[in-house]
Amino acid sequence: MTATLDRPLVTGPAHGLVGTWHLTRLALRRDRIVLPIWIVLLGIMPSTSSGTFETLYPTAAERAGLTASMGANPSLSLIYGPAFDLSTAGGFTAWRLGGFLALVIGLMAVFTVTRHTRAEEDSGRAELLASAVVGRYALLTAGVLVSAGASVLIGVVETGLMIGAKLPVEGSLALGAATAVTGLVFTAVAAVAVQVAEYSRTANGIGATAVGVAFLLRAVGDSTSDANWVSWLSPIGWAQRIRPFADERWWVFLLPLAATVVVGAIGYALLPRRDVGTGIVPPRPGPAEAAASLRSPFALAWRLHRGPLIGWLIGTAVCAAVFGSVASGIGDVVGESQQAKEIFQRLGGTDGLIDAFMAAMTGLFAMVVALYGVQAALRLRAEETAVRVEPLLATGVGRLRLLGSHLVFAFGGTALMMVVSGVLLGLSNGMRAGSVGDAIGDMVVASLAQLPAVWVITGLAVTLFGLAPKFTTAAWAIAGLALLLSLFGPVLNLPQAIVDASPFSHVPKLPAAEFTATPLVWLAGVAVVALVAGLMGWRRRDVG
Amino acid sequence: MENAISISGLHKSFGRTKALDGLDLQVPAGEVHGFLGPNGAGKSTTVRVLLGLLHADSGDVRLLGGDPWKDAASLHRRLAYVPGDVNLWPNLSGGEVIDLLGRLRGGLDQRRRKDLVERFDLDPKKKGRTYSKGNRQKVAIVAALASRVDLLILDEPTSGLDPLMEATFQYAIQEEREQGRTVLLSSHILAEVEALCDKVSIIRNGHTVETGTLAELRHLTRTSISAELAGPPNGLTKLQNIHDLKVEGNRVRFDVETRSLDEALRQLTQVGVRSLTSQPPTLEELFLRHYTTEASAK
Repeated sequence: MTATLDRPLVTGPAHGLVGTWHLTRLALRRDRIVLPIWIVLLGIMPSTSSGTFETLYPTAAERAGLTASMGANPSLSLIYGPAFDLSTAGGFTAWRLGGFLALVIGLMAVFTVTRHTRAEEDSGRAELLASAVVGRYALLTAGVLVSAGASVLIGVVETGLMIGAKLPVEGSLALGAATAVTGLVFTAVAAVAVQVAEYSRTANGIGATAVGVAFLLRAVGDSTSDANWVSWLSPIGWAQRIRPFADERWWVFLLPLAATVVVGAIGYALLPRRDVGTGIVPPRPGPAEAAASLRSPFALAWRLHRGPLIGWLIGTAVCAAVFGSVASGIGDVVGESQQAKEIFQRLGGTDGLIDAFMAAMTGLFAMVVALYGVQAALRLRAEETAVRVEPLLATGVGRLRLLGSHLVFAFGGTALMMVVSGVLLGLSNGMRAGSVGDAIGDMVVASLAQLPAVWVITGLAVTLFGLAPKFTTAAWAIAGLALLLSLFGPVLNLPQAIVDASPFSHVPKLPAAEFTATPLVWLAGVAVVALVAGLMGWRRRDVG
Repeated sequence: MENAISISGLHKSFGRTKALDGLDLQVPAGEVHGFLGPNGAGKSTTVRVLLGLLHADSGDVRLLGGDPWKDAASLHRRLAYVPGDVNLWPNLSGGEVIDLLGRLRGGLDQRRRKDLVERFDLDPKKKGRTYSKGNRQKVAIVAALASRVDLLILDEPTSGLDPLMEATFQYAIQEEREQGRTVLLSSHILAEVEALCDKVSIIRNGHTVETGTLAELRHLTRTSISAELAGPPNGLTKLQNIHDLKVEGNRVRFDVETRSLDEALRQLTQVGVRSLTSQPPTLEELFLRHYTTEASAK
């Protein structure tokens, strides 16, 4: 006789996607604060900036000249992309923001997919879920759906608000959709990255590198006349070549859509070829005994920081070399374009064009390097939430020593990156002028002048870590806001008082402007106060 | 002799939640002390106060003659800690973690390390995340036991270990005891507590409800009696300290507290006893009684 179960076996669908809907809802619940911020921030940008176009260029004559003057300037193309039609508010907005929106939505997609897939596996939560009635592809699909859904929503909000701001419907639709499909492409890229990577940090690194390479490819393609095709290799380049508000080319949408399908399919094909919790490359065994050097908190911090640090240094070096070499061509091409000078006056503070460009570049590098500063400063918080700090503090290691060994990377790492960017900007620019030594010296000084502002952002991250550890994510918001204020504040005609809230607004715009020590001393003071407040808080607060 | 751990009247709240509410704990040097209590009773919070990770709201805490908050780093050179949930760095091998933690404590006994790795059957070459829960636990245990320290603070150290490794662990702790080390062992495994601990403290809702040797604690519990009597057991119901009394004709079953055992037996023999079985209090009962809500209401 066979035993019968009291409860009948519940039979239901058992395909690979079972449970996707539940996981998607779980992901949406967990992201109920983060995603709306992304959507609102990216969604409102184009419509608000289009309004300032009319105040900046009130007359038709001024507008007519923009395409010819700014559009022909390779250094502006390097930053913003190709200019198709700058005579309308829509066309100007698409040029100014199209590439930026594509870049940021790409990062959003990478972080979102990783957060709901690889990071869940790292934490062991995915295992708990996998034991429930959940199909093999459900977790990945849920992450992809959330990221893709957010991308589409950002596009919809963008389009709706632009149409509301009386911009042409076709162009609004094209720009919104261009942003959205770029989000889809990088969602697919992330779906591959999370299969390949061993840890969520690596997955984020691979994804963000892909976004960075896409930006760099189009920067190179857009700023040179003989290698224009390079931009066609980049999803960010595609988004711009849809030409919103400038005689839209709808067929270009086929490229990102096809890429999404192909790359996404690779991700799904890789998934069954690996075990839950590991990457596609099996983990290698490590040494049975620690090297003699692994005997201090600093040695451990080096092991934890060296990967990201080296990655960031390489990225900084490549970008600085590319941007610096483009700068050498500016003067020849721009000639006496008044509008281009105007832009650089705003960004770089003077009309000596190359110097202004260089000053703008160092500012840009500083703001991006500040993101590394935040990442490195918050590493100990990540360790703390992973419950890896307590075993260390239960040894003879004091709290300040432990935090200090991480902050060496946050503060020293940012300094190193600024030096590297200074050297390479100077080198590539100096080779043209024939005075390499002077150029390098000038640019290193200019880059280092940005350091106090970078350290203010880094210091504030430490403050949050020490005093309000639950709210450390706010450090990213601070860094992002400072970047937006400095990058778009002048363009959006924001009141100076608001723009001044960013520490980067106070840095003397070297090498174009005169060196003044006063603001730097103030910024350094703020950074020190922020750092000390964080250290004091960390000494007093509960761990865990 | 000086106490290795001395806590009195310890309070700690997290927001509105009272985690510790007047906890007392004394562990003399050289003693293996069991630290017991239901989930959420405050054991781990106590351990984290002892390690200087949490700041006590009030109360007096002394650890190895020092202040665990102020002197944290210097005291930690003399103790080793095994958490109940060990998280390892994903890119470090188990062997690297053992050496690192040992060196941060101020040195590792290499012979003991080698010996323990062998006895616990641990592969030190694997990377952090590829270890199972039990193996991660072993990494922390080896790191702690191979250190030259006076005090071991073990917070449910054997969770996830298989029975064979559990036995290895118990043997290793016996060796530590012979070396004269003090051990604070938080555990739910009663056989482990019974085998290892000189004394135990039981806590509930953040305060100590019982402390003493196991023999003393047993004395506080109940004996189960079932008997067949010559007649109806009338007088029993009037007795104090009788619990769960069941009467079926001439048969009775009840639990009696140790202090009233004598009186209860006298009552039975007055009626006349045909057969009698008595069960001494088990450790399980001892704990269950302290863990359930009824006991806390007392």
